[in-house]
This record gives sequence, C-alpha cells and structure tokens, in this order.
Amino acid sequence: MTLFSAQAIDDIREKQVEWEENELAAALQSRPEEKPVYETECGIALKRIYTAADIAGIPASDLGFPGAYPFTRGAYPTMYRGRPWTIRQVAGFGNPEATNQRYKYMIQTGQTGLSTDFDLPTLLGLDSDDPMAFGEVGRVGVAIDTVDDIDRLFDGIDLEKISVSLTINPSAWVIYAMFVAAAEKRGYDLHKLTGTLQADPLKEYVAQKEWIYPVRPAVRLLRDLIMHSAKTTPKLNPISLSGYHLSDVGGNALQEIAFIMAFTIAYCEEVIDAGMDIDDFAPRLSFFFISHQDFFEQICKFRAARRVYAKIMSEQFHARKPESMRLRVHVQTAAMSLTKVEHHNNLMRTAIQALGAVLGGCQSMHTNGLDEAFAIPTEEAMKLAIRTQQIIRDEINVTSVIDPLGGSYFVERLTRDMENEIWKVLDEVKERGGAIKLVEEGWFQQKLADSAYATFKKIDSGEKISVGVNRHVDDTSGSAEVHIHPYDDQCTQLQIERLNAVRANRDNGRVQQLLGELAEQARSDDINLLPKTIELVKARATLGEICSALRDVWGSYAEPMIV
Amino acid sequence: MTDSSNNSQGDGARAGIDVSSPIRVLVAKLGLDGHDRGAKVVARILRDAGMEVVYTGLYKSPNDVVSAAIQEDVDVIGVSLLSGSHLPLFQELGRCLREKKAEHIFVVAGGVIPEHDYAALSDSGVDAIVPQEARSDLIVTTIRKLIAERGRI
Repeated sequence: MTLFSAQAIDDIREKQVEWEENELAAALQSRPEEKPVYETECGIALKRIYTAADIAGIPASDLGFPGAYPFTRGAYPTMYRGRPWTIRQVAGFGNPEATNQRYKYMIQTGQTGLSTDFDLPTLLGLDSDDPMAFGEVGRVGVAIDTVDDIDRLFDGIDLEKISVSLTINPSAWVIYAMFVAAAEKRGYDLHKLTGTLQADPLKEYVAQKEWIYPVRPAVRLLRDLIMHSAKTTPKLNPISLSGYHLSDVGGNALQEIAFIMAFTIAYCEEVIDAGMDIDDFAPRLSFFFISHQDFFEQICKFRAARRVYAKIMSEQFHARKPESMRLRVHVQTAAMSLTKVEHHNNLMRTAIQALGAVLGGCQSMHTNGLDEAFAIPTEEAMKLAIRTQQIIRDEINVTSVIDPLGGSYFVERLTRDMENEIWKVLDEVKERGGAIKLVEEGWFQQKLADSAYATFKKIDSGEKISVGVNRHVDDTSGSAEVHIHPYDDQCTQLQIERLNAVRANRDNGRVQQLLGELAEQARSDDINLLPKTIELVKARATLGEICSALRDVWGSYAEPMIV
Repeated sequence: MTDSSNNSQGDGARAGIDVSSPIRVLVAKLGLDGHDRGAKVVARILRDAGMEVVYTGLYKSPNDVVSAAIQEDVDVIGVSLLSGSHLPLFQELGRCLREKKAEHIFVVAGGVIPEHDYAALSDSGVDAIVPQEARSDLIVTTIRKLIAERGRI
C-alpha cells in the first residue's frame, strides 16, 4: 500500500507542471538561482521542491511505526516521551584518579551516562613504561595498565546504576576483562552491568587506525568478546559499530552507513559461524554515528540506517526478535567541522548538529567542546556542551512528538535515496568478496582517502564554506588564545611506579604460566579467550603483557600504504 | 613576498646543487597518533605541487623518522600530530636529527597544535608550523619558502 491515491498524484503532477510554466518560469527569468546544481554533501541531487509525487512509490510499510519494523520512525514506541536520550560526554585523561574526578563533576552537572577515552598506549595494548608510550601516557585519554587502574577509574561510582561506555578497540577484550573483574570484586551482579565497548576492529583498520594484530585475529577477538559477553554480562553492548570514525577520516554520509553495515554483516557471519544464534547476540549490537553539517542529509541518514539494518537482520540473517532488528545509536557531533578560527562559532555548529541528531532519533549523545580544535576540552567547555543538550531537551519542545519530520516529502524521499545508495555499496562489497577481504586489500581505505582529499579541495576552492575560514573573514577573524586543558607531567611517573609495584608484589610464576596458556589457546581458533584473560587480569597481569603474548602468536599488522 | 620558485633556483645555483630535481618531502606520523587523514591529504597536495613525497605510515618513533629521512635523502620532514604529544616528540625528533648530523633537513609541523606551544617547538628545531585551517597554497609555499631562503643542502 502506498501513501497516496493514484488520482491525487496525477493531480499534483499536473499542478506542478502548471506552476513550473508560470510562477517558477517568471521567477527564474527575473532572478536566476544562486547555484546551477544543488546537492547534499554526499552528492545526492536536490530538487527545489518535493511533493507527494516524489514519495508516491514508497510503501507505507517502509515507514511503519516507531519501535516496530523497519524502525524508520524510531527505535522505541515512545522515544523521548518515555526516556530522553542519554547525555554521555566522553572524558579521559591522566591517571585514573584525574578522570574519576572529571566524571564526578560531569555527573553533578547533569550528565546521565559515563564514557571513557583511553590514552594511546592503552588503546594499542602497551604498558605506560613501554618505550613506544613515550610522551603519550595519559595524554588523549586515561592511562590503564592493570585491573587496579579500572578500580580507581570508577571509584565511588555505582556501576549497577550508571551505564559506562568504554572507547576501547584493539585491546578491548582485556579492558572488558578488567571491568568484569573489578565489578566482581565490588560484589556487583554482572547481569546488572550496563554500558558499551567500542570494540569495532574493521573500522580501526580503515579509519581510526589503532591496531595490534592482523585483521582476522582482531575479528576473532571481537567474536570471542561478543559470545562471552552475551552470557556473562547480558545487558552490556560488546560492540559499538562506529561510523563516526569513517566520517572523521573523510567518508561521506553514505560511506559512513554503507561501510559500517558491511562490517556489521561480516561480524554477524563470524559469530553465527561459531555457532551462536543471531537472536542471542544481535540485540546487543549498538551503533555510533556522527551528526555532521548537512542538516537534512544527516537526519535522513539516521532514518535510512535504521531501515537498512532492520532489513539486513530480518532478510539476510532471519532474525526473529524485534530487538535484533532495532538499531540503537550513540551520536557525536562533528569534531571535523570545528575551527580554531573564531572558536565561539563552534558552539553554534555543535548545537545545530545536536538538534539534527535528536530529530534523527538518537539514543545517546556527546556534544563536542568549543575548544576541541585546540586540545581536549576544559571543564567549562564540557559544561557548555552539556547545557547545549539540556536546552534542546528541556526548552524547545522537540521531544514531544516522535519523528517530527516523518512524512515530509523531502525527508522521506532523501531517506529512500540514501537507502538505495547504501544497498548499492553493500552489493558491491558482497560481489568483491566481503568486508574482511576488502579491509585487507585497502579498498575501503582508498575510498575514504579519496573522499577526504575531495573534501579538502572543495574547501580550497571555496565550494565548501567554512565561516570565518574561507567565507565571511574580516580583520578580526583569527584564533584566540584559549585556556586549554593542562597536561599532568607527573602522570607517566605515577603509572610506572604503580606498574613496578604490581610486578614486585604478584605471583610472577603464575602470571607467566597463564600467559603461556593464553598463547596456546590463541593458536586454536575455537577456544574463547575471555575466561583465560579474566584469570590473567585477576592475577595482576598487565595490559601490555597480555597483548604482547598474543602478538607473539599472531604477529603485528602491516598497513597497506595508501595515500 | 617574492616568487619562491625563482628564489629557489637562484639559491640552488649558488649552493651548487642540482636545482632541476623536485623538492623531496617525508610526510611522517610520530608516536602512536593514528589520525592520518591530514597527513595523507598533505602528501597528495605536495605531490600535486610537483614535489616527491614519501609517507612513513603510522606509529613511527622519532628515531625511525630521522633514519627514513636520511635514507630517502629528503629536504623536509613534514610531521602531522593530533595527539597532543607534540612537545616531547618534536624535542626527541630534534635530538635525533642533531645526533645523526641531519639538522639540515627542515622540519615542518602541522595538526592540532596550540599557539602557546609554538615557541617551544621552534626551540626544538621545528622550522615552520602550518596552522590547522591552512589551505593547499599555504602548505606548499611554506615548504618552498624554507628551501628558497636557505637553498638546498
């Protein structure tokens, strides 16, 4: 069933021709339009006006109702009426105590969920005293070496009450093990723990570029994590499929969704091959998208992504539970859109992007600090970012009606156009041999690098406008000195002292034995590595030791040189 | 500003080197920072401008970068850093350049670098810093100008 009668559509088409010949022709005669071609950021052509005729072919069942297949109109039946999105600002820097203090400040300011950024050594599976960790400890995130650091990070925070998102990737399975061990020690019921690990390896190889092992062992670690978490911590999302980074590295909105859906398919195949039913893990797959500058394109992107995901899970994987087909998404506004020049403008950019995410139906959100183009955000910048979300939630009445733009001729047409383009990419990935093979070959990497370069050239030429940078620049346009978040020089030393103390006080013989056993298990593809890893972190093995034991088995990843 | 390409020829002739060969640049990532979008875009811009560009790939220590720069016989090392660790890493890069007697190789920095760190970077041996919003022209002229003003060694 379509949305309109054939007669109504014929009538509209007829009227539109009349309008084009009269009013429109006269207007174009007296004043031509500013640009010859109008299109979205990802290159979908835009008409000057949309009518019912543009959506006449879309079946009513493709829109459906919120909280029901195909979820175009929203993930839940009551959306923000039942539960507003979670204000989840990511934070992490210095020693665990420093981040813990920031968490407590943010909870007091009204944040409703926690999110942790880890420093680069932790992300890459290196201890703070590793030579490659030089200069990086506690810099872009918190430094974690042992289970005790996780305990310090969440000191005084009730993990049964607040959900915790952990932005951790190649070493995710170790951080998960530490999280579980720390929660167990405090006597929590593991079935009540809520939160999300990022743990999306394929997007690392193509976008965020944090890796340890070659592609296939990294996917195996994720498979083990998904399968273990489904049983041990059933309310925790073991993965956040992160389109955000695909955009951050240069991808457009279509690439963001299409590539991440290709990765979703690859992961589901891995877990199903290992013997798990789709409905036993799919409800805990979660997503992370960007909310970028092209306002309507972004809103339609969220709607199209929900519909495509629902169809993949239903049609390709034959999921039966509605929860397996419901795409839930955390959104972050676009750091790439922020400028150092006239940095107060970043507040406006972020607010508009955040509104887009809400109109697109996000479940949780991080709004960037206005100083993000300088360094990690200060407390004041984070407070403004939280206030931005609170103003959207509490002052402007955009949360009372679900999917308020649904039914807009333009929004429905663009949602459909994006969906069609996403299917085309997914077909191509399938034809070329699937996502894992294409990641190994650098196919996605090349597409994203090309797109980044094209965007850069568009700013060079002025075709893409950045206010204060290449348009509306005046004598006072410049970048101000801002107060930036200070780096704690003592941070590295403290982590190293703690590592030395741990190594001096544990049963080193037992740690070595367990590391050997882990390596042995890794040689076989059908043993889940999580139980042994949890034993290891409880025995005070360090993150670096555990990751290194598997590097000896699997080797390191060699990056294809794509420029 | 004078036309830097003409200057380059003059200085090159004075220094007695082959001026017809293109400027060689090593585009490098230092430390554990995985943000390579900017580095790759810059590599293409410099290539489009006629320079010869070698890209290091990710996760290189200052020592790795200096060794690669010497081996590739480059005029300039262009480092993109967004991890906030620029001060210690550029300091170490400068030390490695001095240790290997390669101070003649210019060092250009780009990425997320707050202005108040510019002076300290200059002290570490960074010859030019390209600001975040820099367009192609500025990136290319910064390198051409460095070489034009001193000539190639």
